[in-house]
Amino acid sequence: MTVNPGGWRPDAPKVEAGSTLTYTGNRALMLEEPLIFEIGTTETTGVDFSPLPFRGGVGGEQDGALRASDNPLSQSSPLKRRGPTDRLGGLHRAVPIGLPGLSEPEAVRHYTRLSRQNYAIDLGLFPLGSCTMKHNPRLNEKIARLPGFADLHPLAPIDTVQGALAVIHELGHWLVTLTGMHSVAMSPKAGAHGELCGVLAIRAALEAKGEGHRKTILVPESAHGTNPATAAFAGYSVEAIPATAEGRVDLAALEARLGPDVAGVMITNPNTCGLFERDMKAISDAVHAAGGFVYCDGANFNAIVGRVRPGDLGIDAMHINLHKTFSTPHGGGGPGAGPVVFSEALAPFAPLPFVEKTAEGTYRLVEEETVAHRHSDSFGRMTAFHGQMGMFTRALAYILSHGADGLRQVSGDAVLNANYVLRSLEDVLDAPFAAAGPCMHEALFSDKGFAEGFSTLDVAKALIDEGFHPMTVYFPLVVHGAMLVEPTETESKAALDQFIGALRRIAERARAGDLSLKAAPVEAPRRRLDETLAARRPRLVWTEPGPA
Amino acid sequence: MRYLPLTDTDRAAMLEVVGAPSIDALFADVPEEARLAGPVEGLPNHASEMAVERHMTALAAKNLAAGSVPFFLGAGAYRHHIPASVDHLIQRGEFLTSYTPYQPEIAQGTLQMLFEFQTQVARLYGCEVANASMYDGSTACWEAVTMARRVTRRRKALLSNGLHPHYVSVVRTMAGFTEDEVAYTPPALSVETDLEALAAAIDDDTSCVVVQYPDILGRIADLAPLAEAAHARGALFVAVVTEPVALGAIRSPGEMGADIVVGEGQSLGVGLQFGGPYLGLFATREKFVRQMPGRLCGETVDAEGKRGFVLTLSTREQHIRREKATSNICTNSGLCALAFSIHLTLLGEKGLRQLAGLNHALACAAAERLSRVPGVELVTPTFFNEFTLRLPRETRPLVRALADRGVLAGVSLGRLYPDGDGRENGLVVAVTETVTAEDIEAYASALEEVLA
Ligand SMILES: Cc1ncc(COP(=O)(O)O)c(C=O)c1O
Repeated sequence: MTVNPGGWRPDAPKVEAGSTLTYTGNRALMLEEPLIFEIGTTETTGVDFSPLPFRGGVGGEQDGALRASDNPLSQSSPLKRRGPTDRLGGLHRAVPIGLPGLSEPEAVRHYTRLSRQNYAIDLGLFPLGSCTMKHNPRLNEKIARLPGFADLHPLAPIDTVQGALAVIHELGHWLVTLTGMHSVAMSPKAGAHGELCGVLAIRAALEAKGEGHRKTILVPESAHGTNPATAAFAGYSVEAIPATAEGRVDLAALEARLGPDVAGVMITNPNTCGLFERDMKAISDAVHAAGGFVYCDGANFNAIVGRVRPGDLGIDAMHINLHKTFSTPHGGGGPGAGPVVFSEALAPFAPLPFVEKTAEGTYRLVEEETVAHRHSDSFGRMTAFHGQMGMFTRALAYILSHGADGLRQVSGDAVLNANYVLRSLEDVLDAPFAAAGPCMHEALFSDKGFAEGFSTLDVAKALIDEGFHPMTVYFPLVVHGAMLVEPTETESKAALDQFIGALRRIAERARAGDLSLKAAPVEAPRRRLDETLAARRPRLVWTEPGPA
Repeated sequence: MRYLPLTDTDRAAMLEVVGAPSIDALFADVPEEARLAGPVEGLPNHASEMAVERHMTALAAKNLAAGSVPFFLGAGAYRHHIPASVDHLIQRGEFLTSYTPYQPEIAQGTLQMLFEFQTQVARLYGCEVANASMYDGSTACWEAVTMARRVTRRRKALLSNGLHPHYVSVVRTMAGFTEDEVAYTPPALSVETDLEALAAAIDDDTSCVVVQYPDILGRIADLAPLAEAAHARGALFVAVVTEPVALGAIRSPGEMGADIVVGEGQSLGVGLQFGGPYLGLFATREKFVRQMPGRLCGETVDAEGKRGFVLTLSTREQHIRREKATSNICTNSGLCALAFSIHLTLLGEKGLRQLAGLNHALACAAAERLSRVPGVELVTPTFFNEFTLRLPRETRPLVRALADRGVLAGVSLGRLYPDGDGRENGLVVAVTETVTAEDIEAYASALEEVLA
């Protein structure tokens, strides 16, 4: 092997980056990748199959054993033609499906090339407020893949899955311990599904009390969109609770609205402005006094885990996004897991199925068949099986890794990192609630002070060129041009300093009206994408291009 | 604490910038009485990677992994071979550790994958459009019922008796709260489907008819007449597919006139994982796209005119439309969608048809063999890779007894339908490409033993 003997010399002619159009459209490590429909064929496959195990008398010659004549496809290759003795009832798929295949090397390359067009927490700071993009420990991936967990059927006989039920039970136990609540429902599939679980339990409890006429749920204006959507999905009408100038729930306005038609409230705490709802206990007391229930959106539990137990604040139900607080990977959109912890008042209404530990120390799954005798108030089933087992194993490994002392440090460092960002940038970015005191796990800024015509979007896109994922933008809705920065505890000071430096410079450019900001991003795999075009003329599936 | 980069020196310097004496002081907004003085009681302190692995491995060892014995369970979750490259690729950090693609310029990998996935699902189901995934088949099924209500402005759903009883439970639970009407009766252990009865039951209040294909007992039937009957009364026809591999062998629901096709995608690329995370698939007609739940990825161009992909039609979704959204779903099953898509790309049409053929052939062989066991009767003469047997006794204890003999023999209908009514002698048996001739023999001899 030789190295390039010429090497680079200082007198080589200068070529501006990006000024040469390549033949391929690739730019060195920035690789373009066609669609599978453009590179695959329906004749290609990357999977080889073992032949059918029918040869003479398979499995010995004893009477009744499997025989070659049992093979319905013995006279035709698999389903190319109708086998004379197949059992498909004449429903053979006759028309082509149109599924392209790739050989294994092509497939590995296709997806690896695609992966490189993604930003990820593994690549750098991902300060997407409310989404909690923290490091995903690889031990958890290893554990989730142990065959004893990964290769387990949800309906396998109960005594063959005792370890899995133990995982669900143990994780549930720690969630109850950490939240100071009474019990937990493990089956909800994500945060929004957990919200639904909580709201349905509230409705079931009210109906059991003969209070089914309560048809309104109060939700703060700053709430995540899933809160009002969930309440509506569960058959409630939704009314907004106003916020104070400090970015918190207006207790007086809330109290004034409570009444016999109100089923409950959905409060996010810490809230989406990154602030702790100081009056949470008073809110709970007021709602309870008015006959309603308190749902807490626990998406931001990571800010207080190990330090504050929501059960001490009077709440009745709260979901926990295991894919936020407890580090299970978001996977480019999911899956998540949204267990819900309940107060004693709501516990009887929790959904099926759930796991119980018996006096003998074994585990039992309470499903429809046993429910009539015990837990007959359950509101029913939310999903086919037992919840996101693959996330439970990861979250349990995470909780055990950190332990009580570690989790306390997790929330402490998360809050410290957010405050460090807040105080390092408040001179160049408007921080609407910063004067009142420290923030929790996320720092909220607005677009106030940007030059005419410059927006939060421009700042976000400029961060992309700096090699960062942008913060959450335009959420919460209560702050104009909101920028919600959640660094999480898994960022080093050096990483934060670099991010702060980059964001400071961008903020200064936005204030000064530097037009070059409008072009950002220029270094990403794509420039700004035309979202209006996408929505006006939706192309949601690939179609063969027509003749030119 | 291996996941925490800050040192005490860093913390001190940062507190200085923040102007706080301690980290605890940053929690001043939390009322004193709600603040814990020290670590939460009851939970042990932090542990080494080795210690955690030891604990978790011990728990895993208390389970009987499907792959370690002859295995025949299905009923909505199927054990298929997953090519090694699938799991490798989904563990690429750029896929695994990214978020919902809100910033499309740096999420083209996920977005292009979703566009490919949507196209694959639409083609497999025989539909025009598909979304970027739901939680699982059961929640997708409920979403289909609510979508049918929005499209037809009617509130009565007819569920076929062949619909997975857990899916029925989910629909019933939700409908109880939304005041939708649901008609359903559990199936008899019989070859007869209820498709004709359903067609007769459709009236002007019916929003949709929901039929599983292949159904919970494994039965397959032509859905076209029922689809026509639904359309004739202005109702939608919803098909539910819990085993997508079947569609490599049998006609797609879309071809037979389904307006919405939903289902479970776990079979392709996603392991059994004791029930989750799984992959909800959702497809429909283009004209209903604005009533669809969930994320949608669409093609567009960037400022330089290059093709690119974005999340689109988000005015249907909770983050824009709030209480008027078509669904409350936010996080979906993105990584499972990737696994599904990679597996299906590796198979291609040719591989999927071969895989389906193998499944069917092995299932036919197993059905023949098991029904030669004295006292055993095959209830479902036509099926894909799953069929129902009637045994001379209640099957729950038999499944237990077979597990003791090292065979996971199937899902007893007594577990799925606790009210019995003749179903308790039914056993649903799934046979995939992972089953060998020896497995079938072992099953048959064990069954002979326990029935003797
Ligand atoms: C405050 C808040 N509530 C609820 C949710 C919904 O959670 P999920 O996406 O897990 O459904 C989110 C997630 O983005 C959130 O940030």
